[in-house]
Amino acid sequence: MQVGVLALQGDFREHLNALAQCGVQGVEIRTPAELDKIDALIIPGGESTTIVSLAKTFDVFEQIKKRIADGMPTYGSCAGMIMLADHIVAAKDGQETFGGIDITVRRNAFGRQVDSFESDISAPAISKSPIHAIFIRAPWVEKVGKSVEVLASYEGSDGASHPVAVRQGHLLATAFHPEITDDFSVHRYFLEKVCS
Amino acid sequence: MAQESGTSRVKRGMAEMLKGGVIMDVVNVEQAKIAEDAGAVAVMALERVPADIRAQGGVARMSDPDMIAAIQAAVSIPVMAKARIGHFVEAQVLQSLGVDFIDESEVLTPTDYANHINKWNFTIPFVCGATNLGEALRRINEGAAMIRSKGEAGTGDVSNAMTHMRQIGGEIRRLTSMREDELYVAAKEMQAPFDLVKEVAANGKLPVVLFTAGGIATPADAALMMQMGADGVFIGSGIFKSGDPKRRAEACVKATTAFTDAKVIADASRGLGEAMVGINVADLPAPHRLSERGW
Repeated sequence: MQVGVLALQGDFREHLNALAQCGVQGVEIRTPAELDKIDALIIPGGESTTIVSLAKTFDVFEQIKKRIADGMPTYGSCAGMIMLADHIVAAKDGQETFGGIDITVRRNAFGRQVDSFESDISAPAISKSPIHAIFIRAPWVEKVGKSVEVLASYEGSDGASHPVAVRQGHLLATAFHPEITDDFSVHRYFLEKVCS
Repeated sequence: MAQESGTSRVKRGMAEMLKGGVIMDVVNVEQAKIAEDAGAVAVMALERVPADIRAQGGVARMSDPDMIAAIQAAVSIPVMAKARIGHFVEAQVLQSLGVDFIDESEVLTPTDYANHINKWNFTIPFVCGATNLGEALRRINEGAAMIRSKGEAGTGDVSNAMTHMRQIGGEIRRLTSMREDELYVAAKEMQAPFDLVKEVAANGKLPVVLFTAGGIATPADAALMMQMGADGVFIGSGIFKSGDPKRRAEACVKATTAFTDAKVIADASRGLGEAMVGINVADLPAPHRLSERGW
C-alpha cells in the first residue's frame, strides 16, 4: 500500500517522519500524476485557506475530492480535519473543503495562538494509554452525523466537551497534531485499522 | 499531563504549521484580504512597510492596536505584529491583543542596544532575525520559536538574504563535521550557548523553523530562498509596492510551494507587471542597513 502526504503547505515532513516511525515509506503529493499512484492520503496541519488555494492552483482539488468520495482512506490533522469536514463555520467567505466526513467543524474554535495548548487526552479506540495531544489554533467538531464515530473529546473554553477525533469509515480526522509528538499511535491506528 | 499553554512545543509547533508558506506585510484590511485570498499562511500587520519606513525616516514603532484589531477581525489566518528590539512592553501589549506571533524586528527602531526581549516570559511565540548562526542561537536561547534570516528589508534586493542564508547554512554544515571537543571553541567563537551548538551539530539543522526575509520581490526570489533551505518566506514591501499586488502575491505563493519546478516558476513569473523599484544594498550608507541591528 502506497501512502501519500499532501505536500502543498504545512508540516508534511513531520507526517512523513511519523509514517517512517511506523515502518511505512510515505511519498509527497503535489500533482495529479503523483496522486494517481497512492492508495491512502494524509492531509497535514497548516493553513486550511492556503491548502485549498494551492490544491486548486495545482489541479488536485477535484481529484482528491473524488478519490475521497470513492473510498480512498484519508487522515487529516487540524487543517486536515477542516479539509475533510462536510461543513465548516468561522471560515473565510466561500471557503471550500474536500469533505467526506458528515461533521460541522468550527475553525480556530479553541482560540488564537495565545490559547493553544498541549494536554493528555483519552481515546480508547486508538490507544489504551492517554495520547499526548498538541492543539494549535485548533478546530473542534460542532455537530456530528449519525454515521460518525467520536474517538475523543475535549473541553473547550465554553465549558462544554467537543469531539476532537472522529472517524467515518475510511476517513479519520483529529483536531490535534500527533505528528509533532513522539506518540505515533494515531498514525498506527490509521494504517492498521482505517486503511485495512 | 494537564493542560498547558505557551510551552516550547506549542510555540515551535505553531511555526511548523507555517512551513512552505508566504507571510505577507500588510498595512490595512484591504491588503490583508488580498493576502489571504492569494494563499498567504499569515499576515504581518504594520503601519508602514519597510520601504516606506526607509523613505520617510523617523522612529518606527509598534502599530496602532486599532489597526491590528481591524486586521484580526477581517481575516481568518494568523496575524503577526512587530515589536521593537528589546521593547518588552510593546510585546506585552501585542500579546494582550491576541496576535498569533510577535516579530522582534530590526525593521523598527531598536529600543535596547544591548538586550533583546526575554521571550520565555511570554505565552505567544516570537520570530527574530539573524544574519549568522551565532545570532540565531542567541535568539533561540532567549526563547525565539522561529528564526528568519534578515536580508535587507525594504530594498527589493535579495543579495543580503542570500548572504545570510549561505552564512547560516554554511556554519551549520561546518558544525556537523566537527569533533565534539571542537564544539566548545565553536560555541565560544560564535558567542552561542554550548548546548544549542551541540544540538545543531547533531541534527544538522536549527531546533526551530527557519524562514527568510528581506528583499524578496519575485517568485524566483522566493523559490531561490526555498532551494537554499528556507522553510518559508516573508515578503514585506515586495508585494504591495509592486504594480499588481494580487497577481504577484499569488505567484509568490505558487513558486514557494513548487520551488524546484522551473516551469511552474516561469509560469508564475509571466505578466506580473512592475516589480518594486528597489534599492541596491551596496548603495545604502551603513547607518541605514537594518540588518546590522540586533546583538
